[in-house]
Parts: sequence; structure tokens; C-alpha cells
Amino acid sequence: MALTQYKYMDIIHRCFRCGYCKFPLDWEDVDNCPSYARHRLESYSNGGRLWLIRAWITGEIPWSEHLADIVYSCVACKNCEEKCPLSFSDDIINMVTAARNLMVDQGLVPPAAKKYLENVQLHGNPWGLGAKKRDQWMADLSLEPYRDQEFLYFVGSEGAYDSRAQSAARALAGVLQKAGVSFGVLGNTETDDGNEAELLGEDGLVEVLAEKNIARFAEHGVKKIITLSPHAYNALKNIYPRHGGEFAVYHYTQVLADLVRAGKLAAPKLAPVKITYHDPCFLGRWNNEYKAPRKVLQSIGGVQLLEMGRNRKSAFCCGGGSGNYYMDLLGGSADSPARIRVRQASATGADVLAVACPNCLSMLEDAVKVEGLESKLMVKDISEIMYGTE
Amino acid sequence: MFELQFDESKCHACVTRDCLTRCQYMDLDAQAAGIEMEKIISGQDSRVLHECRTCYACEEYCPTGNHPFYLIVKRQEELGITPLPDPIIRQGIQVGVPFRGDPEITEINGPVLNMGVFSPLARLAQGKLFEDLTRISTDSRKMHHFFCQLMYLHFARTSVINQRLPGVIETISAYKPTEVVHFHDECYGTYTSYAPAFGIEVPFRSIHLFEHLYNRLTELREEIRPVNYKVAYQRPCSSRLSPDAHAYVDKIFDLIGAEHVSRRYVDENALCCGSTIVSQKQEGSRRFCLELQEENIEDMKQAGAELCIFNCPACMQTMGKQVAENGIMPIWMSDLCRMAIGETPA
Amino acid sequence: MDSVYAALVEIVGQDYVSTRTEELFTYSKDLGTSEPQWPDYVAAPATAEEVSRIVQMANEKNVAVVPLGGGLSLAGLALPLKGGIELDLKRMNQILELNEKGRYVVVEAGTSHGKLTAHLHKHAPHLMHSEPGAPPAATIGGNLAIHGQGDLGHPYGFNSDMVSGMEVVLPTGEVCRFGSCALGNSWYTLHPLPDVSMFMGWSGSTGIITKVSLRLFPCKKIQEQDAFVVEDEELVPDILYELTHVGMAEDMMVVSQEIPPPFNRLHYILINISGDSRKELEFKRQLMFDDRLSKYIQDGTGGIGAGGQEVPRPVVSKTSDWRKGGGFEYVGAIMPVTTYPECYKSGVEISGRHGIPYTTLGRVLGSGHSMMFSWTFAFNRADEETVRHARQALHETDEKVLELGGTLWKPAVFGQKLLMDRMDDGTLQMMQKVKHMLDPNGIMNPGNWEVA
Repeated sequence: MALTQYKYMDIIHRCFRCGYCKFPLDWEDVDNCPSYARHRLESYSNGGRLWLIRAWITGEIPWSEHLADIVYSCVACKNCEEKCPLSFSDDIINMVTAARNLMVDQGLVPPAAKKYLENVQLHGNPWGLGAKKRDQWMADLSLEPYRDQEFLYFVGSEGAYDSRAQSAARALAGVLQKAGVSFGVLGNTETDDGNEAELLGEDGLVEVLAEKNIARFAEHGVKKIITLSPHAYNALKNIYPRHGGEFAVYHYTQVLADLVRAGKLAAPKLAPVKITYHDPCFLGRWNNEYKAPRKVLQSIGGVQLLEMGRNRKSAFCCGGGSGNYYMDLLGGSADSPARIRVRQASATGADVLAVACPNCLSMLEDAVKVEGLESKLMVKDISEIMYGTE
Repeated sequence: MFELQFDESKCHACVTRDCLTRCQYMDLDAQAAGIEMEKIISGQDSRVLHECRTCYACEEYCPTGNHPFYLIVKRQEELGITPLPDPIIRQGIQVGVPFRGDPEITEINGPVLNMGVFSPLARLAQGKLFEDLTRISTDSRKMHHFFCQLMYLHFARTSVINQRLPGVIETISAYKPTEVVHFHDECYGTYTSYAPAFGIEVPFRSIHLFEHLYNRLTELREEIRPVNYKVAYQRPCSSRLSPDAHAYVDKIFDLIGAEHVSRRYVDENALCCGSTIVSQKQEGSRRFCLELQEENIEDMKQAGAELCIFNCPACMQTMGKQVAENGIMPIWMSDLCRMAIGETPA
Repeated sequence: MDSVYAALVEIVGQDYVSTRTEELFTYSKDLGTSEPQWPDYVAAPATAEEVSRIVQMANEKNVAVVPLGGGLSLAGLALPLKGGIELDLKRMNQILELNEKGRYVVVEAGTSHGKLTAHLHKHAPHLMHSEPGAPPAATIGGNLAIHGQGDLGHPYGFNSDMVSGMEVVLPTGEVCRFGSCALGNSWYTLHPLPDVSMFMGWSGSTGIITKVSLRLFPCKKIQEQDAFVVEDEELVPDILYELTHVGMAEDMMVVSQEIPPPFNRLHYILINISGDSRKELEFKRQLMFDDRLSKYIQDGTGGIGAGGQEVPRPVVSKTSDWRKGGGFEYVGAIMPVTTYPECYKSGVEISGRHGIPYTTLGRVLGSGHSMMFSWTFAFNRADEETVRHARQALHETDEKVLELGGTLWKPAVFGQKLLMDRMDDGTLQMMQKVKHMLDPNGIMNPGNWEVA
């Protein structure tokens, strides 16, 4: 694909670089864009990024590894889209992704992104671990393979392979069993959801992954899917329909909120505990779900829910989106987004930082350790809190 | 150009002169009213042309349907006696100028909901009450193509209405609607009262929003849960052009279990919201408008209203905040109806 | 390794220095019509001490230093005209002290106006500062470096009239404080000595503002905007005179623009008023509309166009999208209020000649002592011809301002030269002496305010 085929050439010059995209809704500071917060140079703001992309497309500057790093350091958290006052704001992330499409096409992506995509392509997960090991997370659980149950539980790559996320995956299975939900899993026949592949610009791979998963769903007659990860939720809900996927998709917090409301799931009773909740971007800004996770947390006995100043549409991203939980283009600094976020969480006085996303879970737990906050702040997935995981 | 079809003989024969004697803003007995009306008919200056607050009410008061208000406005323009300052008139006229391209029109061949110049309020027309209607004028950049222009009655500019209205009618007609439900009273008044009065042909059938809401609520009767609110209704000026449709207000309230409070400024005695009075040239208009609004709202309060129901966006914009500051919740009629069938207001 | 780069890394840390094409490109661009000017280095210091060390090093190496705040002047005032180090000050963004009873706040100069507004909203909702019409990413230091003005312009004047103390890194690296803070006291007043007023308005060519104490003003519970509309531009100065006489408004602007149509060839006098009660607001309205402006209403030459509207937060960025082109620039001038009619007419004429829908705005400063008048020219960044037209229109407007007896506010280099060409010799030499005394090596934002 030639640079001249860049899909957003007719609008990319319309970014004025006014800087709205850096703020949260309440204007607290110019640091709600994760990559700008990390680097504090204009080139890393989304305005700077769009101007650089345009300069590359028009030949004003050449491609470089650094340019690729800048283009790939956007974690697609959509804060910019919430704040940009101009009519093309819904396309800001699309403009970045379209530049990545070109870089993928020309083999110009950062090495970490290349590795990520290769691993997903060859092994169905970003870490390049064996596809046959995908079901090890549930080795000691007696989970039924999906046959004709009401729900398919789509675990996703993080839940299946990441040691921290596996705990959440197992806890969720336990909670669903406890509530008597009829569900099954695909085990080794599930593959990566493709959400990050799409954002990293590898459309061909997204198509392969989507078709593979959709074929599996169709084979089993799946009609309703619960996802552990908001990233998978986004892919199955918003990307798969483009590839012929037709099914109802729920993030697990939505299902749990319904079960609690219907009295089918008794929330645990805890010793008094202060919890703050971190909105994952792919549940919040991408899919506008802010209530369900909070309803679940509020149903738990002993919980005092404290909000961080940056919440809901203003939530500050953990920095793990768009494959960055693997590529880590924003790491290595006290201003790495996850470290900033756990400091914000700690400032609320909360004992527990609750998340509803396996990426956020591992990003934020690592950050708690680096910040030396282990004795003050535990990071837990809502599934773990509901299941009573210690 | 189009001419007002005004029957002078009816006016000459009128004894009561309701058009002016019932006016809430001028104090005229039948004899004085007769003299002033004759002056207006014959094209002479009259105090009425200077003092008219342009509330449209005389259109409703006239027992013979002879359009005294349209005549007043026409004469105001002819004699250059404008109720509003010149820059406000120019501003108003320029508001209706489309400037962002033409609307894309597809034939609907079914019932439509015409949002008129209120596309940004399309969110109000959702849910079961509107599910059988195709909305037109949903793009705020193009909404001026659907602007019925009747607002210019406040501006002494029937010439502007007559010049632009045929084009607007053509735009709506191009959708090939089987019937047109008008979101705004003003549009309904335009196509069912003003246009016929000036001999402007309207090739589509118009339905008032309230008639539509009433019919839909009747169909959904089993889903209605009484709202049990005491409500006041802010009747807009353009409702004076369709008194038959105004009857649906109480009928709707009956259906949804709202108690329409008994108060002084209701129905034919309704007070104007003041949206243009505030800017009129007459000395003290701003203060007069404020006092009018205070009196209106005090009347609602005294009557025990919990909600004030609006249908006109201009009334809502003019009075909504003030109503709320007085402890009465402003709410759209469509939202109230939606609440009655268990839907969440927009 | 380049010794300047190494020194910058040593001072601010590797993460916040760059000589890579991508950063240099980004900082070479202004948002207006200016041609790109490439820096050799980009650095983002976090403290005044780091700024001081950088400036000292730059003197030793004879490298230019260009301070940058939000980068929103549009006039290319923070572009490195002679290369050197572009100093992005936005990491210096701490709010250091909020003194409610003394009504001032001390901030680092890279703090954004948006951040300060949010901070006051949260911690002192009954206080406000003057926020400029620029996007909220505009910084407080950057705004003062161009003599900013904002939404409390009437009656308090320029934003630079609202300063109670200041810290500046001189071009030779010394850190100086001005006002009561120089005595080690709190930052409550800039006057009397050692206030030398040599930094505000100089576009960073005499030093780098690093801390500021800003005056805060009462923020009342209800803020509303009314509009008084006239068709005849000749009436505007008289109406502003009437309104400034009663002094009830917090901000007054006169707007006229070709698009959207309701604003075309009309003059909207936007009047922001505030009150802690409806009674207070009505008192103010009576004084303005019933007492002072009723004659215009009754003779039909002026009218209340809107009343009690919410005060909109300015979203000036939208101006950049008028031509779906991501750009606009304006000439801002400080004009006598009496020149409003000519200013407006010249805007219509110049814009028309360049095929740009006209947009003019005048903001009253003080009690009508002057107004900031802006002529805005939108362009399409992807269409060089429209950029050229806008640039030409800006230059023609600069010249028109001087012809009308006005003076340019935050002029680009073109306008600076026009001003200096007309300045009396004594003043010009004084400016030269000030610059030479403070900046013997000529490293501070060179190319700006350079006396020929």
C-alpha cells in the first residue's frame, strides 16, 4: 500500500494541535494522554502524532524507528476523542491506526509490535507460548467444554496465559459456577481475539483471527458470550460483526451485575474495606459501560467505594492498551502511566484498587510493586473480589 | 405574491371585538377596539400596531376566524411600525438563512415527524411513542431548510414568510410523506392556519404532535402507569393558531394521570413566555417581560404545580431555568408522556 | 556526543531532551501561518534551577534559547528563528500556593490556564482568575510573555495587570524575583520596586518567566451572558461608553462575523455579568439595559439579542475548522475603542479581498481605556494558496492597525518591525539597551524585538 493511499488524508490536516486532547473532562491537567504524560514532549501528544503522521505521508519527514515508536506509543485509550472539540474527533484513533496499517504493510513497525503480531499469528497469543497450553489456566478446574450451554466463556489470551490474569480467569469461572450460570469454554480451540492486532494495524491478521473464532462459535452454535477482558469484549462486539459474527456479547461485569440484581448471585461480605475502581478504556470510553462494575462492587458487603478524581470518561489509562502491556513503549519511568495511575489510586486512601480487565490487572499490579505500595494497596480484579480470592 | 384572505365585512359586523377587548396586554373596550380595528383595516396607523406584544392570541379570540393577528402584522410591516428594534429583526431574518448545503432527501411514502428547525432536539422524539414515524430534519446543519418561518410574525415580516415558505413546503413534500406530524406547534400552525390564510398551497396533511401523542398513548393504554404529578402547562403563542389541537393537552393529561392544576393563566388566558417581548421597542419591555414571567410562575406555584410542561423550545429556553429556580421542574410534554409508559426521559 | 546535547541530558535527563527529527519537526511548527523554523535541540526542564543551568550553558556555548508555553500564540513567537534550544516549559506546572484571603495564587509558569481553573473550581470556587480566550492548554507564563488578556479584561485590564509577583530566569541565568516575594515575603504585590516590568510582553526575549503570582477575583454563584445587538457599527463606541460607565460587566466583547448568517453585518455586544443572587443580576441589568441603553432600544437601533445565556467556555479551536483546514491566525491589536467602526470595516474589506469570511472581535480592556481587537483569518493547512492569502491578509491588517492609530498586540516579526519602524528613537534605543544589558550574547528568543 502506497503512502498516498492513506485513508484519512482528507481530514488529518484538520487537527489544530490545540491541546484539548491532553485534558480530562474537568481540565485538571494536561496529563491525561498516557503517552504525553510519560514523555512530556509535544511529539507524543495526539496532536503532535497526527502532524507527524501527515508529515510522513506527505514526505516532509522520512520514516524512522523513532517515528514508528511515537506512532505505536498511542495506547488507544480514546481520552483524546472525548475531549477534542472538533467534528472529526471520532476518527482520531482511526487516523493513528490507519498510519499503522501503512507501517505494517511496509514492514516498518517497531520490533516489539512486530514480535507481538508474529506471536499472535503463529501461536494465537502475544507471548508466543504454545497454543496447546492455552487451556492450562483451567487445568485444576472442572469446567465444561462448550456444547449448548447458555453462555460461552471467552477467556482471551491474557486470561489464558498471563499468570496474574489467570487468577482472575479462574475466579470468574468460580463465580459463574457459584451463581449457577450455564456456560462452557473452548479450551485450546479458542484463539486470540484480535483486538490489539486491529489497533496495531494488522488487518489481515484480524480477519484470520476473527474468522477462526467465529467459525468455532458457529460450529458450536454459540449465541451468547461472556468475556473476561474488555479488549475481547470490544473485538467480539464491534469488530466481529464486520466479519459475519452474530452473537450477543457481554463483559463479565454486566453479567454479574444482572445476577446480583436478580438475586441469583450473593455478593460476599467483607471486613470493612475501601475500594477504588479503575475504568478500563475498552469497557468505559470504548463501550460506555461505567455502571455495571460499580454496581457489582457496591453489592459487596463492607465495601466503601472511593472514586479517583479521574474516573469514568476521564479515567487515566493504565498504559497497556493497543498491545502496550506487551510492547511496553511507555515503561521505564516514574511517569509511566501505570505508575501514575496507582499513585492516583493510592491518594484516595483505598486499600484495594479494583479492575475489570486482565491487562489493567497486570499493568497496575506491577506498578504497585515498583512504587513500593504493596503494603498499602492491593490490585484485584472484580472477579477475584466476588469469588473471595485472597 | 400571496395575499391575506381577510374578510372586512366580518369585522365590520362584529359586535364583541373580542380580538382586542380580550387582549391581555392592551386595555380597550369594544368601542375603542372597533375604532382601532377599522384604522388597521384601512391601512392607517393605530396604537395597536405599536402596542401589540405579538402573542398571537387574537387569532384564537376572533369568533369568525378572520385572522386579525395576521392583518396586524401585515400592517406593521407596510407602515414600518416594527415591534422589535431593527438589528433584532435583521438577526432574526438571517437566522433562517440556510448556509451549509442542501439536505439529502429520500422518498418516505409514509408518516414522518418533521423536526423543523429543532434538529438538535431529535433526542426528545424517541421510544415507543415515535417508533412508527420517520424523522425528517435531523441534521442541525441543514435544519433551516425545514424552518417554517412563522417566527417572523413577531418581526412584522409576513413578506419574509411568504417569500420563503413555498420552498420549505417543497422540501418537506419531496419526502412524499403520507402525513406530517410536526414536532413544533409553530410548524403545525404554519401549514394549517397561516398558509391557507394567505392562499399558500400545502400538499401534505399535517398532524399536531399532541394528536399523535394522544393516539399513540391510547394504543399503548395498557402500559400507562399514572404519573400522578400536578402539572401546569406553558401554552406557546403558536398554539393560538390551532385551538383545536390545544384540546389534546387535557386529554393527554387525563390519559397519563397528570393533574392539570387550576390556575388563572391557563388555556385562552395563557400568558406569553416573553421570548420576544423582552426585546421589544416599547419602553420598559424588558422589565415588563420579567414581571409577566414572575406573575406566570407565581400563578403556577400558587396552584401547586410540581411540573411545568413545555412543548415549545422557545418557551423552554426562555422560562425553563426560571421555572426550575422556583422549585417547579420544567419538562417536555413528550418526556412526560414517555415517563407514563415507563420510558426514561431524554 | 554533541556537547550541548550532553549538557542538556545532564541537566534535565535523557527522557526530556531530543535532537531527533520528529521532535525538531514538531517544535518547528507554529499553529498559524508562520513558516517552519527548526530548533537544534528540544528540552523540557522541570524547575527554575534547571532553566537557569540551561541558560548559563547556552551562554557558554552561544546557543539560542527559545521558551515555549502552550505554543498557542499563533504568531510564531516561540519559533526558534535562529535555531538553538526550544525550551518546553510545560513540565513546570505546579500550583504552589493558594492564598484565599489574600486573593492570589502562586504557580509555576508552565501551568495551564485549564489546570488553574479546575484547581480553583475545586479548592476555592468563590475565586477566579482571568482565563484568556485561548484553548485551556495555554500556559500562564506564556500568556504573560505576550501581555495576555482574558475574561476579566473589563474592568481589570490586561492579564499582565493582574500579577502580584514573578520569578524570572534572566538571559544570563540569574534567578530574580519581583514584588514582595523578592523580600522573602508572601507573593501579594508586584509593586512598588523592585517591579521593573521588563518581562511581560517581551515574548521571552528578555528572560524566562518561571513563577507567577496571579491575582484572583470574586467568582459569583451565577454567571450569565447577555447580548446587545446593533446594526450600525458607529454606535458601538457610544454603547460601550455607556456600559463601562456603570461598570456592571465582567467581560465585554463585540463580535461580528460573516458565518453563521445571524452574525453577518451585525455587532453583538456580549456582556458577561455575575451575581450571587437573581436580585444582584437584575440590579445590574436594570442599570445597563433600562437606564443606559433604553434610548437605543426605543429608537430601534439596538436591541437585546439574548439574555441570561450560559457563559460558554471559549472553544476557539473550532475556528480552525471553519474551512475544514486546521488553521487560523489573527491580528490582535490594542485599539482606542472609538476606532471600532473602522476596525470592523477594514476587517470586512481585507477578508473579502482574500476570499475569507470576515471575523472581527473587540474586547473591552479596563473601563473602555482600550480594546483588544482581533481580525481572524481561517485557512486550510493542506492548501498552500489559502495559507498564503491568510498570511497576506495578516500583513495588510498589521499595516492597517498602525494606519488607524492602533498598536499591535503580540505581533509576529513582521508586525514587530512595523512598530519599531515607527517608534521614536529614544524608546527604540532604550529597548536596545535593555536587551543588550540583560542579554549580552543575544541568546534569548533571538529574531524577536531586534532593533535594526
